[in-house]
Amino acid sequence: MAKLAMQIERLRSHRYAPWIGLACIVLALLALPFALASVGTAWVRITNLAILFALLSLGLNIVVGFAGLLDLGYIAFYAVGAYCYALLASPHFGLHLPFWVILPIGAMVACLFGVLLGAPTLKLRGDYLAIVTLGFGEIVRIFLNNLSQPVNITNGPQGITLIDPFRIGPLDFSKTDVLGGAALSGPIKYYYLLLIVLVVVIVINLRLQKSRLGRAWIAIREDETAAQAMGINTRNVKLLAFAMGASFGGVAGGIFAATQGFISPESFVFVESIMVLSMVVLGGMGNIWGVILGAVLLSFVPELLRYTVEPAQKAMFGRMIVEPEVIRMLLFGLALVLMMLYRPAGLWPSKTRKREFEETEQE
Amino acid sequence: MTPAAQAALLEVRRIGKRFGGLTALADVSLTIRSGEIYGLIGPNGAGKTTLFNVLTGLYVPDSGEFDFAGRNLSGQKAYRVVEAGIARTFQNIRLFGNMTALENVMVGRHVRTRAGAFGAILRTRSTRDEEQSIRRRARELLDYVAIGKQANAVSKNLSYGDQRRLEIARALATDPKLLALDEPAAGMNATERQELRRLLQKIRNDGVTLLLIEHDVKLVMGLCDRVAVLDYGKKIAEGEPAAVQKDPEVVRAYLGGALP
Repeated sequence: MAKLAMQIERLRSHRYAPWIGLACIVLALLALPFALASVGTAWVRITNLAILFALLSLGLNIVVGFAGLLDLGYIAFYAVGAYCYALLASPHFGLHLPFWVILPIGAMVACLFGVLLGAPTLKLRGDYLAIVTLGFGEIVRIFLNNLSQPVNITNGPQGITLIDPFRIGPLDFSKTDVLGGAALSGPIKYYYLLLIVLVVVIVINLRLQKSRLGRAWIAIREDETAAQAMGINTRNVKLLAFAMGASFGGVAGGIFAATQGFISPESFVFVESIMVLSMVVLGGMGNIWGVILGAVLLSFVPELLRYTVEPAQKAMFGRMIVEPEVIRMLLFGLALVLMMLYRPAGLWPSKTRKREFEETEQE
Repeated sequence: MTPAAQAALLEVRRIGKRFGGLTALADVSLTIRSGEIYGLIGPNGAGKTTLFNVLTGLYVPDSGEFDFAGRNLSGQKAYRVVEAGIARTFQNIRLFGNMTALENVMVGRHVRTRAGAFGAILRTRSTRDEEQSIRRRARELLDYVAIGKQANAVSKNLSYGDQRRLEIARALATDPKLLALDEPAAGMNATERQELRRLLQKIRNDGVTLLLIEHDVKLVMGLCDRVAVLDYGKKIAEGEPAAVQKDPEVVRAYLGGALP
């Protein structure tokens, strides 16, 4: 046993160990969609949605996790990005711009909305900010719902249909291509694209966190007055947090519109904001890996339940007694209570956050 | 070189500040010269910290103004004041508790560095160089205040005296011309006070002017070149410590009226 442990330790400390580990992860991620597709294409779609939520959570993590500004209307930026894409690439206005033009536009418009929300609310702290952001999220959704008159911009509650899929040269993301004997279905192509975007966003987040700006955000979260007294222009730095978080939401929204082919205000309700916030909090605010874990868990577990609860009950009782939806909510509640009791800082918290909670426990 | 021959670094002219019906500061004027250690004393509630908050941009004065290094700074935002060269510490220590000692000092470099979001994302050469210089300077400052060994300790876990030192290091990281210390010796024992006194003298000898609020009369008398006494928001005396100590107004403010 001891010998085996030593062997493992030797392997772990090998110079190439991290690279081999990384290569394994990359290979697994590359092979994943094919494994999922063999179970059912639905699972690839679910994975794509999970990655989209991971993107959203990473954006919100900048605002909530780093800068400590509680934003309850984050989904509004997702909506802005999605509508930007839908309006510029659908028969609705007859515009069909390519996605690599629209995504930056979507990011910029969302960024603008971020500043629009941030500028008047910068003096608010804590609960008050939360209430205003909540209102902002609802206002955006209600606007989208009603901007069909007098000029039809958003097509109201009917939403926008026939949104263009992504196209890269000959690759059409809505059709299946055969590449070297392997069938690349639309969702699989989106999966790879989303994976690339996710890696880029993770790198951006990691770099921001360890920068002058990231430190300023965390300093503001820790003690805003002291941060001011250290010469941080808290107004601009907070505004930047809003703007950056919003841009990530805008990009995610654009991809969402393309993958779905149809969007309506229905997709951007308040509960979605709460969902993204739950992912950030569950995974561990401020820690990039924790946030991704939270997004993946909260996207997959409900789907898993949907596919297991019904057959399990049929097998046990011969009929369905409790709806999957009900069980899902019950488990959600249970998970929340357990988290509060055992892991108040999240499943995988950042170091600074963890210290915060240690302090409250001592007191 | 007599102090009078030195240039005025901070000139406060008739600053007033009220909170509702309470007059916290009434027409306070004072001049701090470059290179001196200036003490601000007075009974509790005399307005010392209010004056600090005005001078560091946390409060906007109701009347009066102040010039620092030839620039009018009254009513400016805190970050502008820091940029101009006034740094401060707080009476009740306000560190970024969950960050390490090193990170705290690195935050202090914010105002003297430039890297923005794009530099950070693209990790350009200049950003990396700047980041390295921030780290290097922060380590130097931790060594300067003699807590270099605690660089990676979480600041809220540091001893009280070390937290005070860290706050000074963080303030020094902004490259101040004037360092304003709000009761730096509060809660320290005799040895720590001795060490603090040596540290403050070292800082002054390295060219930083010091403004200090302090209750410890012994420390003020031994350290300060000049002191001003505030009472009920008014300046009641100013001058060399020994002279101020004998001033009847000051005695009255501290001890109450003469015995009948």
